[in-house]
Amino acid sequence: MTTTIYSARKIITMNPARPTASHVAVRDGRILGAGTLEELTGWGEHIVDNRFADMILMPGFVEGHSHAFEGAVWRYVYCGWFDRVAPDGKTWEGLRSLDAVIARLAEQEKTLADAAAPLTGWGLDPIYFDNVRMTREDLDRISKDRPIGVMHASFHILNVNTKALEMAGLMRSGVNHPGVPLGADGMPTGEMKGPEAQGTVAAHVGLDRAMMSGDERGLRDFARLCVRKGVTTATDLANPLPPDTVEMMLRVTGDATYPARIVPLRRYLGDDARATIEAAAALAEKSSDRLRLGLVKLVADGSIQGFSARLRWPGYYNGAGPGLWYIPPQRLAEALEAALELGVLVHTHTNGDEATELVLDTMEAALRKHPSPDHRFTLQHCQLADRAQFRRMAQLGMSVNLFPNHHYYWGDEHYALTVGPERAERMNACRAALEAGVPLAIHSDAPVTPLAPLFTAWCAVNRVTASGRTLGETEKIDVYDALHAITLAPAWTLKLDGEIGSIETGKRADFAVLEDDPLDIAPDKLKDVRVWGTVHGGRIFEAAKI
Amino acid sequence: MTLSHVAAKPVTLISGYLGAGKTTLVNHLLRNAGGRRIAVAVNEFGALPIDPDLIEQASGDVLTLAGGCICCSFGDDLTSGLVALANRDNIDSILIETSGVALPGSVAQSLSLIAGLRHEATLVLLDAETARKLARDKYLGDTILRQLAEADLVVINKTDLVTDNARAELRDWLAATAPRAKIMETEFGALSPDIALGAYAPSAFVADAPSGHGGAQPQSQSFKIDSALDVAHLAAALSDEATGLVRAKGFLRDSDGRWKTLQIVGRRADITAASAPQDGVGRLVCIAHGAPLERARIAAIIESCKPSDFSS
Repeated sequence: MTTTIYSARKIITMNPARPTASHVAVRDGRILGAGTLEELTGWGEHIVDNRFADMILMPGFVEGHSHAFEGAVWRYVYCGWFDRVAPDGKTWEGLRSLDAVIARLAEQEKTLADAAAPLTGWGLDPIYFDNVRMTREDLDRISKDRPIGVMHASFHILNVNTKALEMAGLMRSGVNHPGVPLGADGMPTGEMKGPEAQGTVAAHVGLDRAMMSGDERGLRDFARLCVRKGVTTATDLANPLPPDTVEMMLRVTGDATYPARIVPLRRYLGDDARATIEAAAALAEKSSDRLRLGLVKLVADGSIQGFSARLRWPGYYNGAGPGLWYIPPQRLAEALEAALELGVLVHTHTNGDEATELVLDTMEAALRKHPSPDHRFTLQHCQLADRAQFRRMAQLGMSVNLFPNHHYYWGDEHYALTVGPERAERMNACRAALEAGVPLAIHSDAPVTPLAPLFTAWCAVNRVTASGRTLGETEKIDVYDALHAITLAPAWTLKLDGEIGSIETGKRADFAVLEDDPLDIAPDKLKDVRVWGTVHGGRIFEAAKI
Repeated sequence: MTLSHVAAKPVTLISGYLGAGKTTLVNHLLRNAGGRRIAVAVNEFGALPIDPDLIEQASGDVLTLAGGCICCSFGDDLTSGLVALANRDNIDSILIETSGVALPGSVAQSLSLIAGLRHEATLVLLDAETARKLARDKYLGDTILRQLAEADLVVINKTDLVTDNARAELRDWLAATAPRAKIMETEFGALSPDIALGAYAPSAFVADAPSGHGGAQPQSQSFKIDSALDVAHLAAALSDEATGLVRAKGFLRDSDGRWKTLQIVGRRADITAASAPQDGVGRLVCIAHGAPLERARIAAIIESCKPSDFSS
């Protein structure tokens, strides 16, 4: 029973009773207390560890909406516009032209030993290349014999080469599908939009769906990325969680050196809502400290940039249709009712404001049937909620996890194309949520945008888009509130706020170790705060050595 | 590698909101498959639409069902599930029970991307009691209306629960709401597989006897045709409301001398190239639902499509 007292330049506790401290005492992976050295020596025999004397300690960050696929996706070639750090610490430089993308893919192609193996890229975002579309001919320059696919940053579009189209039987005239644009020659251009079109070629270009949910190396790499960004607890927000995946996750996270706590949510797929809720409840019993099971994810609608989110009147700015439901309202009601009855925590994806409205209506009726104090049901993304909807969330005891990163990456597109200026300015209305009294978490949806809670906080504080436009001045929040939204608030949405999310007596010794003080640095530099690594359950993980 | 020599498997979509009777219909079709080996595609087995007594064996993602039928789960990736079914042997017909909020037109379009599959028909089921209320629902209305607009055949279920007056009103409303479809009524999802899935080759040309299984009786009439026909003209004439037929399938010699397959589902006719039958005789089978099919009337239509009649 060793007690270690760490000194730090400053400890930001997120505990309002004792907001900062100089020392924190740790025993058995938990926090004895935060305070002065003198106060903490009262716990008895101890050693003082000064390795963090120049560092800032914060509660380990909690990523309330990410996907462990962020780890596996790095086995593909990064083709994005922005610099991005891989699990091994290598920074892949952003690519500023289509030619640069082709050049990088061609370079990686040379490293493939098997002549038939697919070449797979990800992270492409042609809106930054003045919307110059990639075509199959572009990818054919790399190889005509090997199937090649490049996934876009949004994951809504996949570009493939001619070989991949041939393998899928799509190199023919007469293809008639809104997700498969045709060139002047009447043949597919190689752009595959939406999951149905992608599904025909995905396997040929090495996009293995099993890898998205049940990949061991990916789960290990995901945790390395967590260490690099100060994250100690992260959700894997939509996993079908078949038994072998659960066993793999328990084994991997159970390794003595696994540096993160993973919270997978079981995704509802089919018709029998109650069966899904019951299965999740049964899974909860298998939970370990570093794998928390028993939560459920529902998906109500699609995405805004895919024009499949359900929008209320007047709909999309460009006149696109009303969007798509991904769950029959009756099934949503059955799921929410069963979950309230059985005490299973449910997070529901809504993007459009009509989807949010449906969940609020359904929740109100479900709560009347099953009054449930402290249910903490959470709306995920919820990007277009207005103030009236936030007030209803507060009345219904719901929480929200908004997506400020979207603002930065796609805010300009939302402004010009999808929802228009007024609603683009109030998208991800963090200030409105706080003013309504709704517990507010913020997220990255990694790998859609990079896992990096301090960047997400920066997005919520500054609301700047990639082009430099400030989108929604009134919905900005201050730095402290943003830090709360990446620590205690997401912990609250997972019912873990009694264990993690702040540095105070009794909680897990989970720290983000920072080289700069996020409360001292200029708010527009928040994203530049350097992360040294993490402490997880008292175990120290240095990003440079992970 | 080409799949052009392998006949594309027909895929029938069963659409409609919850409670419209989709699951009942799927089970009815499995029980009355008449030798067809049907593959049913579902999201996941947790929500199994198959009656337990039909299940013979479960292994992985596939359930073996009575009569050579199977049921496959595709999770959240319908396309990959269908690609796997396209490559599977011993399947005559694929049935997808779509989610209550899916748009069947989108699924049908996706089928066009998969080699080895073809869209056979979209059936949209309605509960006679709740249909119009659902179509006015704040959240669901536009989805229900789009499903109907994309239907080849609309099946009004639970007609025993409404008055004749209400039924007539519903039919009038559907005539405007589902303009591409022919409208049928059933009770207890009892729709003949010849209508739901299409005429099945081994038995289709054998007998003209009604072959219904409870509920409204389907009627089929088949014809042997020695001469060439204007197939496009025939398709248009047969699709006319007055014939009462909801489906037709034929192997016919066109006026240009080439052999064609004609398929009519509701108001939609597809004409595709076919290889000549060994005996050189054309065949046509027409199927009606509910109202009787007048053999003489169909025979007259066939006559009117023979070259001597349209050359003048």
